[in-house]
Amino acid sequence: MTTLGSKTAPPRSVAGWRSAQAKRAIITVLGWSVALVIFFPIFWMVLTGFKTETAAIADPTLIFSPTLESYQAVQARSGYARFALNSVAVAFGSTFFALLIAIPCAYAMAFLPTKRTKGTLLWMLSTKMLPSVGVLVPIYLIFRDVGLLDTRTGLIIIYTLMNLPIVVWMLYTFFKDMPKDILEAGRMDGATTLQEVCFLLLPLTLPGIASTGLLSIILSWNEAFWSLNLTSSKAAPLTAYIASFSSPEGLFWAKLSAASTMAIAPILILGWMTQKQMVRGLTFGAVK
Amino acid sequence: MRLARHLPVTTLAAAIFMAGHAQAQTSITVATVNNNDMVIMQSLTEAFEEAHPDITLDWVVLEENVLRQRMTTDIATGGGQFDVMTIGTYEVPIWAERGWLSPLDNLPDDYNEDDLLASVRDGLSLDGTLHALPFYAESSMMYYRTDLFEEAGIEMSEQPTWEEVREWAGQLHGAQQGVAGICLRGKPGWGENMAFLTTLVNTYGGRWFDEEWNPELNSEPWVNAIQFYVDLLNDYGPPGASSNGFNENLALFARGNCAMWVDATSAAGKLFDENESDVADSLGFAPAPIAETPKGSHWLWSWALAIPASSEKQEAALEFITWATSEAYIELVGETQGWTNVPPGTRESTYANEQYTDAAPFADFVLSAIQETDPNDSTLEPNPYVGVQTVNIPEFQSIGTQVGQTIAAALTGDSTVEQALDNAQRATERTMQRAGYIER
Repeated sequence: MTTLGSKTAPPRSVAGWRSAQAKRAIITVLGWSVALVIFFPIFWMVLTGFKTETAAIADPTLIFSPTLESYQAVQARSGYARFALNSVAVAFGSTFFALLIAIPCAYAMAFLPTKRTKGTLLWMLSTKMLPSVGVLVPIYLIFRDVGLLDTRTGLIIIYTLMNLPIVVWMLYTFFKDMPKDILEAGRMDGATTLQEVCFLLLPLTLPGIASTGLLSIILSWNEAFWSLNLTSSKAAPLTAYIASFSSPEGLFWAKLSAASTMAIAPILILGWMTQKQMVRGLTFGAVK
Repeated sequence: MRLARHLPVTTLAAAIFMAGHAQAQTSITVATVNNNDMVIMQSLTEAFEEAHPDITLDWVVLEENVLRQRMTTDIATGGGQFDVMTIGTYEVPIWAERGWLSPLDNLPDDYNEDDLLASVRDGLSLDGTLHALPFYAESSMMYYRTDLFEEAGIEMSEQPTWEEVREWAGQLHGAQQGVAGICLRGKPGWGENMAFLTTLVNTYGGRWFDEEWNPELNSEPWVNAIQFYVDLLNDYGPPGASSNGFNENLALFARGNCAMWVDATSAAGKLFDENESDVADSLGFAPAPIAETPKGSHWLWSWALAIPASSEKQEAALEFITWATSEAYIELVGETQGWTNVPPGTRESTYANEQYTDAAPFADFVLSAIQETDPNDSTLEPNPYVGVQTVNIPEFQSIGTQVGQTIAAALTGDSTVEQALDNAQRATERTMQRAGYIER
């Protein structure tokens, strides 16, 4: 028994070691349980996409004969590629512009704060508390008058504005955690503000910026209210594509699930690929 | 570092490239729902474009409620995003009165307007002028399983009554494992449980409003009808009936879990299709049951194609809607998709076509149900409104949904029927007072 403990740390006691192991096991089980609960709807949706329409509404079961008929039906009906291209354009476009505006804004707030900075930050966040439907008609009228209805440009503008408060907040938090001495050292070496931002601030806070960007992409990708209301046929993204498979008359769950799986697949893959970066970014500065 | 430096520039270039305005197209945008008949219409886009080479079609397919809200926003603000809209019997007179829809008084000679079923045409007209063309229409009727009826020695009446239905439901409930005596809509919503319940109240001799627009939701006919409905579903309905709408009941009946079901005639084609239904061989049809009066015992609904006044492509839109609602279109669907798939309930000629009547044994029921419906005279006592299962005023969507929720609460046992209807009455009175129909 003592040899087990001697491999890692000096054994305090067998009872202590056991209690630590038990604690770890409980946390692991708890972690897995939470993850499974969160993941279950996605898992069930993917599964339903491989069922027939009648099997999809039958009593829930994990045993069924998988079929691709829903995917075939979905493919036959709508141009997935067109919707996906719109999603990519508006998600990446809006994230780019949000970062472009938010980086200088967060820099100013983090390194050159005034007595109103905190109030401004809170005010920015408060705009997120307004229900979107409250401003639908004014925005619709503005978009109609300037010809932005059903355009990608219109969606990029609205998503940029929608995500800006959260992007500024996140960047502000990351920038604030950066030691000011580094920027001061750069300034003493003759760096301009732009050089300071580009060559010192951005490289050092890249994990934070990357995770902020990824979050903005995910939020834009999943946004449904504005995309359904401001687009019709030309600029409609994947959220509108999913909505087109719900039916008031007839079975649709399998097709809807297949369409939803296809709609979330790109962002899910992106999330998996950048998982490390995201976690690193989101915990950036959390532990000092 | 290098990647980090170049990433913004590359992304900007890509965003600008991809965000460019879509090129102007000589096309019309058609907003519709994802019903089987509309999916078929969408699949025949090529046939339309071949016949009309100067017009192309762009489709916007959305969930019914989203579509309704989306179209209302667009039409009310004059957005002009849609050239053709799929709307129902409820919206057409309301929107037409506000000048939102183009009057269809210039239909081409070969359209054969007189062939449209009179009750359907009237439902889509304002002051005798059509404001939308019917794509398909439906009423309600009763479906039942002939095998279970035979086993139990029950003979279906020519015109069943609700009392008979209760008796049969009692006999057939649990006749086989998982079989409920009757399935009915329970999911709250003006287009869900209230569509069915309004016909039930109508046949029990009730009405939504008296001639002065005073609500009558806690009147005796309402209490009798709703108490009957709650008892019937609680005693002989499927588990979780309060969350079942049309789709859920269709699935239950198609799987053989209901002995009887009263709902839309549009379900007949699906239940009769062996690929979609396990009970296609033992499917029986009967008129919707009645109680005190046959008036308003079955509903009338049609999905129709209308042209918003804000559309700048009126001519092309008219070309499309006259094509999609024509006799030639029905022929095209029959020949390419099968005759059970033709859009029903719109034209006399459909029911004179032997190919259709041979393929669809339910055709006569549907035709007579639609023909017998009169939205202008749907209740025993006179009423001030148009509509069988709806009251065609703008406030009805919110009133209907609210009343539907209170009745669903009674169904689940959260309140008594009397409490639910008293609540519904008070809420409806408030809405009608605020809207100016009655004095405060």
